Amino acid sequence: MLSETILEMKDISKSFPGVKALDSVDFKLRKSEIHALMGENGAGKSTLIKVITGVYEKDAGLITLQGEPIHFKSPQEAQNKGIGTVYQEIMLCPNLTVAENMYIGRSHSPIVNWKQMNEQAARLLQSLGIPASPIQELASCSLAVQQMIAIARAVDMDCKILILDEPTSSLDEDEVHKLFELMRELKARGVGIIFITHFLEQVYEISDMITVLRNGKLIGEYETSSLSQIELISKMLGNELEDITKIKKYEPHVSDTTIPVLEAVGISSVAGVRPFDFAIHKGEVNGFAGLLGSGRSESVRAIFSADKVTGGEIRMHGKKVKIRSPLHAMKHRIGYLPEDRKGDGIIEDLSVRDNIILTLQVLKGFFKPFSWKQAEAFAEEYIKKLNIKTPTSNTPIKSLSGGNQQKVILARWLLTNPEYLILDEPTRGIDVGTKVEIQKLVIKLAASGMSLTFISSEIDEMLRTCSRLIVMKDRQIVGELRGTDLSENDVMNMIAQGGENVCAQ
Amino acid sequence: MRTMKRSFSHLVLPISILLLLIIINLIKGADYFSITVVNGAFYGNIPNILFGASELVILSIGMTLVTAASRGQDISIGESATISSAVFVLFVLQAGEVTLLVIVVGFLLSCVVGLALGAFNGILVSVFKVQPMIASLILFTGGRSIAFMIDGKLSPILANDISNQIGTVIPGIPIQTPIILTVVFIVCIAMLFKTTNLRLYVETVGINPNAARLNGINPKKIIFLTFLIMGFCTAVAGFIAVNKAGRHDSVNLLKLIMMDAILAVAIGGNPLIGGKFSITGSIIGAYTIEVLNRTLLRLEIEPAMIKVFKAVFIIMLMIIASPVVRASIRKALDRVRTKNPTKGSAAMVSMVSTMDMIGEKGE
Repeated sequence: MLSETILEMKDISKSFPGVKALDSVDFKLRKSEIHALMGENGAGKSTLIKVITGVYEKDAGLITLQGEPIHFKSPQEAQNKGIGTVYQEIMLCPNLTVAENMYIGRSHSPIVNWKQMNEQAARLLQSLGIPASPIQELASCSLAVQQMIAIARAVDMDCKILILDEPTSSLDEDEVHKLFELMRELKARGVGIIFITHFLEQVYEISDMITVLRNGKLIGEYETSSLSQIELISKMLGNELEDITKIKKYEPHVSDTTIPVLEAVGISSVAGVRPFDFAIHKGEVNGFAGLLGSGRSESVRAIFSADKVTGGEIRMHGKKVKIRSPLHAMKHRIGYLPEDRKGDGIIEDLSVRDNIILTLQVLKGFFKPFSWKQAEAFAEEYIKKLNIKTPTSNTPIKSLSGGNQQKVILARWLLTNPEYLILDEPTRGIDVGTKVEIQKLVIKLAASGMSLTFISSEIDEMLRTCSRLIVMKDRQIVGELRGTDLSENDVMNMIAQGGENVCAQ
Repeated sequence: MRTMKRSFSHLVLPISILLLLIIINLIKGADYFSITVVNGAFYGNIPNILFGASELVILSIGMTLVTAASRGQDISIGESATISSAVFVLFVLQAGEVTLLVIVVGFLLSCVVGLALGAFNGILVSVFKVQPMIASLILFTGGRSIAFMIDGKLSPILANDISNQIGTVIPGIPIQTPIILTVVFIVCIAMLFKTTNLRLYVETVGINPNAARLNGINPKKIIFLTFLIMGFCTAVAGFIAVNKAGRHDSVNLLKLIMMDAILAVAIGGNPLIGGKFSITGSIIGAYTIEVLNRTLLRLEIEPAMIKVFKAVFIIMLMIIASPVVRASIRKALDRVRTKNPTKGSAAMVSMVSTMDMIGEKGE
């Protein structure tokens, strides 16, 4: 039973230089509906939202609001038409009062009627059941209440559509429930809500409809009650790259008596990963599977001490070692290719050469710079080995394509000849050809005796390269899968069931 | 010419301004380059510029490093130099008989003070993450009072032969001593870059501190180190300035020189938000500012109006150097090049190779 449609988007396309972010996507939002917009990173969720709210201009397509075609040029215009948006990061001013935060910038008059503003705020807060006083400083409210105030700000004025972009990511369980109550209250008033989150449980708890996007394309619109978690996951992850199924993985000979290259015992970090155990043997490739936000990256970052480690210990070849900083880890021949290539990986203005030699140079020491000739030789060697496409070794890395940038970061670590190399999403956001090259390289390195952890959002990539998969959900390890003929289904089963062991062996 | 290590396009701007100013001077009078010999030493416009800019050159080297690593500027350099030179003067005046040893020990002592002041700013910025400008505001505000207290009385006078020789010329050497000291300083800095990874570390930290940390570089240590180097630069600059002046004037010594130092860094093509840097550019920038000051004097502009002219010149400069104008110039150049490929590119090549040679000298 579907009620009247408020927002309809038809054939929406949006391109950025080099990427088709949205490719003829349709989307429909109805009155009194909580509609979850799902997809992995880069699927086009944010772009779709930004097209609705007028942050981006669409290239093609039609948007109608209650049957009337609309074309917003700015978020303010969308807001005036009754489309409110609340983002993941709370965009309010903590040093102002609750009421000020709700009304600031709203009126065009330079004079503020404080009394009227506070009364109005109090009425709205009460009607929505938000436990805050208008004259309270925002900073004194909990995160959840702040988030609710952001929503109150968005829904005040005649609000028809509320967009919530990952509102729950910084909230704890209780706070999430309070937020859900508010969402239900708004739903009862006839507001259509678009809800974006990475937490599957929350989708099933609150949403009525689910729309799945993948790589800028619409996969489908489903009723939440008729779509199982496994189906949803498989729709989100998809099954691309059929052409590389030929890759043969390397299986090391591991018996129970071999001492692992690296063993982590009860390790935890400030990033909020629960204490976990982990071991990897010589020549082994393992992977951390799980959806975004499941704690994959946080776990490997803890091993490398990229985040401050709060407990546990690391043993290498059976001996306890002290690793308290990335430099310590590097000295123990651990390498880490970070997930966020731009933020944590490349030194964008430096040349390809400097980017390649950086880590080895740091290991060698501040007072022992490589001669220019030596540096050039290293750079040329790896540009050739990894087939990095760059005009010269002197070109700034930022002018290379994503895939080639990633190869430079790989070269940087391979140059240090690590014993254990962690690759966190090395294939994200790069072209298919390079993805295949990187997977082949991983297998080659393992065969030569290196131990690797390979993490990817695309489960099939891990199935192709890893001999062992560690499955994570909600920041803890829920199981482990081994064997040559694992399937995506096994992984999804394990994620969906969470914790109940499904061993494929 | 060996393979180009770095591109020198960023030096085009400072060098062309320098050339422009020299042309203006030549139009004003063809005797601009003439050098006279007085008491066995060279004097004239060029020696005077090199002499006058020595403190600024030294300070802008330190400023370049601080800017590159910490993405901000140290505005207390004039005050740091005043404090460290006050200690130098105090030591020399208390020594009774002034020998070369006394001067050297006094200088080393002032270097220790300079390093300590640099460390103070450095800790605020690297450990406590105070913005550089705010951190150095403390010394900027209080520095001259501290120097005044060290002086004990207003403007103690350095009346001894050695100081006089350091501030002017040593008999038998035709070049003024501050010029020699500046050259020695630049050579030392060049050696520092040659024997360490300072450039790689500073640029990495300035461009992406997160990535620096994940590759084993401690951004805090590197930022701290640049402030230490800055502290050393202030001590040397203070030493030269006080010997030039022959007295320690806590109120006016190197007053507001941080403005010129920051400007020199900017003219040198260095982004003030950190990252890649060019010491050569900053050095040329510092000399350019000195040439500009002296050109305005030479054009007999009323002293009261000089600052206005300087300001107008700098605004024009910054507009020309802005990314907006640069992009449109590049577009125009491209258009010319596609129309007339041989002529345009030949001119470009000769220009670039000139830049190259000039650039490598200082690097």
